[in-house]
Amino acid sequence: MNAETAGSHETAPATTWIGRTREYLERKLPYEKLLPETQPSYVASWIYVFGVLTLGALAMIVLSGALLSLKGPAWYHVSSTGLFANSLHYWSVQLFFMFMVIHMAGKFWMAAWRGKRAKTWITGVVAFVVSIGAGLTGYVLQTNFDSQWIAFEAKDGLNASGIGAWFNVANVGQDMLIHVFLLPAVIAVIVAIHVLLVRVHGVVPPIDAAKIAEVPILQQTPQAEEAR
Amino acid sequence: MIDFALRVPAEVATYFTWGWVSVSVPNLIVIVTMIALFVLALLLPFPRDRHDSRNDS
Repeated sequence: MNAETAGSHETAPATTWIGRTREYLERKLPYEKLLPETQPSYVASWIYVFGVLTLGALAMIVLSGALLSLKGPAWYHVSSTGLFANSLHYWSVQLFFMFMVIHMAGKFWMAAWRGKRAKTWITGVVAFVVSIGAGLTGYVLQTNFDSQWIAFEAKDGLNASGIGAWFNVANVGQDMLIHVFLLPAVIAVIVAIHVLLVRVHGVVPPIDAAKIAEVPILQQTPQAEEAR
Repeated sequence: MIDFALRVPAEVATYFTWGWVSVSVPNLIVIVTMIALFVLALLLPFPRDRHDSRNDS
């Protein structure tokens, strides 16, 4: 088998849905876009950092939450190590929401839905809304007087909106499963789509820089070094 | 025992009220921190890449 025939599978037209999916992904999201080494110069701003800070906080939430679910409430409500893990989970959530709100405010004021990025904006908003649900169910799971007050205030709101037909906020078992499985799974999928859409369309340029957005300044490639 | 049962083991936050606006101190701290971080993110210079700084010098 020579080199030409060995690489023939890359050029042969797809005959199945798997092949068509592969071609679609290769066209939409080549490896250079999926794992880029360079970014446009305008990305060198602190306002562009809050997206990845949100992802970092989310990772801490997932890790500390996994630990809490493995050890159980008898551990995280009583032992000092468990209380620390519980606090780590709580404060990761505080940072997650703070970073996400700043990230969203930054993207809102730079109209980040420009350049066919509407789906990126929409998935971000959906992730924010679902996160609020995860936050509410988490607050109720504190199982203290604070959570009791929150649950019965939320109950009226949920009943008024019709959600109360499916979700009883005073049902701790249902609340626990929604918090530790259903909503984290939804958030994981939405965030994954959101990040992939950012990779597909690229980071949104500032409004003034939209026309010169493709000028790379943060070069780290050997070609760029040679060009200097 | 009754006294213990009646005491709610949760601190009630201080609230600021201006007309119809009512916000607790913890929430106000979070809001002010977020606004401050947003403004600082726009104003503070971002550290340059070491390749760039080498070329600038």
